[in-house]
Amino acid sequence: MTAPAPPRDDLNLVERLRDGDESAFMALVDRLQPSMLRVARLYVSTAAVAEEVVQETWLGVLRGLGSFQGRSSLRTWIFRILTNIAKTRGQREGRSLPFASLAGDDLDAPAVDPDRFDTPEASIRGAWSTLPDDWTGVPEDRLLGRETLAVIRKAIDGLPVMQAEVIRLRDALGWTSEEVRNALDLTETNQRVLLHRARAKVRGALEAYLSSEAT
Amino acid sequence: MGRDLTCKELVELVTGYLDGALRGRQRRRFEAHVAECDGCTAYLRQMLTTIRATGTLTEEQVTDEQKTVLLTAFRDWTSS
Repeated sequence: MTAPAPPRDDLNLVERLRDGDESAFMALVDRLQPSMLRVARLYVSTAAVAEEVVQETWLGVLRGLGSFQGRSSLRTWIFRILTNIAKTRGQREGRSLPFASLAGDDLDAPAVDPDRFDTPEASIRGAWSTLPDDWTGVPEDRLLGRETLAVIRKAIDGLPVMQAEVIRLRDALGWTSEEVRNALDLTETNQRVLLHRARAKVRGALEAYLSSEAT
Repeated sequence: MGRDLTCKELVELVTGYLDGALRGRQRRRFEAHVAECDGCTAYLRQMLTTIRATGTLTEEQVTDEQKTVLLTAFRDWTSS
């Protein structure tokens, strides 16, 4: 897979930034700053250092805007600057966390409770004994309502940090797997395993919530 | 064609499937199973719903303090 071509919006935005458009800059800050802070925090030891890294990144972005060619999306380009700065800071701090401490130690856990399969009623080995509920009947306003979103948010906040960040970037923000691999310095396999664990747990939380609501 | 997938095995392949990482025979085995299995069809739909609902989450707000710092940096940059 290759990096997505920069949307035309990106080139318009860069044009506006070069022209000194403050509202365009602040809109970009609103859009990217929260994820920049979280990603930086994965490389460095404290929230304060992560803030410095992000600050330094924005200065680097402004300095580099003149030479932004649009060969990648603006977001990809900005996060490349961010991860370079964050990695350097992390190395200077001597921070080297084992992958497992960020990724969680449950990566091999099954996506679905094994008790849901293979009970005496199940006629075939490894088949569902209790079928997953059909959610197609759940009204849209409940499915995407404030309470449901709070359940999802809580489930994500409870994940090991690297799992939480992968699902936020992929599913909440719509990043491609390649963008996530680059920003978080992950192999393709690790990215997928982290996303798989994260989605399995969020689905589980949603299932528990929706089935308790139904009764 | 080899042994069919079980439901228990299939749920572990859903992320790879949705990312287009299953190829050829693997992909065909996955799709053939789902086509005949109500449980896995429901599971796959639940997962797609989960992803769609997660996609409606909004980001945290940037603090005013951070905004002020960055706006100042931007103004310095435009005036330089």
